[in-house]
Amino acid sequence: MDYWSPRIETMPVQDLKDLQYKLLKTLTYKLYSFSDFYHARMKEAKVHPDDIRSLDDVVKLPFMKKSDLRDNYPDKLFVTAREDVVRFHASSGTTGKPTVVGYTQHDLDAWSTSLARALTSCGLGRGDTIQVSYGYGLFTGGLGLHYGAERIGAAVLPASVGNTERQIDLMVDMNVTAIACTPSYLLHMGEVAEKMGINFGKDTKLRRAILGAEPWTERMRTRIEENLGIKAYDIFGTSELSGPLFTECAEQKGIHVWGDLALTEILDPDTHETVAPGEKGELVVTMLQKEALPMIRYRVGDVTTLHEDVCSCGRTSPRIGRIQGRVDDMLIIRGINVFPSQIEHTLMSIPEVGQHFMIEVDRKGELDDLLVRVELKREYFSDKIDDLMKIKRKVAHALRSSLNVAVEVELANPDSLPRFEGKAKRVIDRRQM
Amino acid sequence: MPKEHLIQQVSLFSENKPGKLAAFAKAMEDEGIDILAFSIAEAEGFGVIRALVSQPEKACKKLSSMGFMVRTTDVLGVRMKDRPGGLREVADILGEAGINIDYSYAFSGRHGAVLVLRVDRPKDAAKIFMDKGLDLLREKDL
Repeated sequence: MDYWSPRIETMPVQDLKDLQYKLLKTLTYKLYSFSDFYHARMKEAKVHPDDIRSLDDVVKLPFMKKSDLRDNYPDKLFVTAREDVVRFHASSGTTGKPTVVGYTQHDLDAWSTSLARALTSCGLGRGDTIQVSYGYGLFTGGLGLHYGAERIGAAVLPASVGNTERQIDLMVDMNVTAIACTPSYLLHMGEVAEKMGINFGKDTKLRRAILGAEPWTERMRTRIEENLGIKAYDIFGTSELSGPLFTECAEQKGIHVWGDLALTEILDPDTHETVAPGEKGELVVTMLQKEALPMIRYRVGDVTTLHEDVCSCGRTSPRIGRIQGRVDDMLIIRGINVFPSQIEHTLMSIPEVGQHFMIEVDRKGELDDLLVRVELKREYFSDKIDDLMKIKRKVAHALRSSLNVAVEVELANPDSLPRFEGKAKRVIDRRQM
Repeated sequence: MPKEHLIQQVSLFSENKPGKLAAFAKAMEDEGIDILAFSIAEAEGFGVIRALVSQPEKACKKLSSMGFMVRTTDVLGVRMKDRPGGLREVADILGEAGINIDYSYAFSGRHGAVLVLRVDRPKDAAKIFMDKGLDLLREKDL
């Protein structure tokens, strides 16, 4: 069995907890002293770093949410000096504005180390060629996997997203052994390859896939593994925590969350009480070593389970199960996070349509389709199809640029879409995975 | 140029859902409004029903009250000669005058063959047609 950081990965559970406690204690003192935001938050929660006397005392600390990043846009939550920040990424926010994250060199090292351990645990290493088909750029997926794969000495094919036929040609020609992408994109590649007369099992050297950035199921795993003749591993991460960070090991029994980097809690989303071991609840993560943008008790919004028994691979870090859903109304479309509130925000800036809308999500073939139905305002109705198509395209274009994902728009009669009192149910998700 | 040579067409927005045309037709029937001609223009996911009816304002009121998005549009109804070359004659006149057609449809009824036109310069077009001796439908003909 190969380990990237053997001492940490196989550390006895109690030693790992002691290490986590030390890191947490240091982190709270540091933030209480150097961050106005955390200082105020801790005061508000009536907790002082001295009150953290054991690892379990983490529950005394206040939560952080995505809205905290938005409210402190772009970098007011950064703790280090601006000149120590060496990288930025950005992801979609809950409204029109993105949320920006920053990294020191140490943060990037820790991120790559986390993925180096993870990729090693999947059986990858020197001699492998890894095709990274996550988006490169502001999204953390592409560059995150890129540096993690380089760290273990694998060769990286930075394919990014799109141009599927060329991706398949390169996969064949470059003897790619592993791919990192969304599960639906890999299934889509499989379909395209079939049309090109290429059989993944016979014509490629592809044996492993690191799949994530969108929810998927055991059923999809079975389909991918059987159809393509490969092993598929689940990956987890989100930009606020750095990006993609943790994967399953070759045992495929949950995602190892390295204890020296992150402290994981699973809470009841309503009471905020810790759920019983193995029960599902809301994932809350404290990043123990992040420098530029620390995260204490970050409410990721995903629903999952926590498993603390030692894995048969010998790794002692706790594991999280599959992401089973969201506590909020965030949608993941082709790997991109979409909040209905962003759509509302965008529609408000378009005079031709009203603010009521409905979202319909479908999976045609293997890719997600996002349809947004909006009400045309009476005064903008024209008997010329051209005028109406212009409005439709204008809305689609505005939504596309704010959500970063292609959107189909349908015009509806005024007052025809449902109105909601209280919590709106604007999303019809017909995807079956 | 007398406005009476422009006639009012009723246009309504229609989502691509079954029963929309039936709802329109039933409303006209209930109000005792005669439909002389209509056409449906379709696009991705929606359509526009355009109709010449006997009482356009009454029709609009009724359709609005039913929740339809509706408006009236000035169009021209040109009587064509009901024989080969009839359409060409009308089209030639517009082409020579540099008038652009937004859309058109034709019907044949008690007024003979009629070409309904929405053009970019309706008043100019009406004048030119009449100068050329062509007959235009008037509101009282509806």
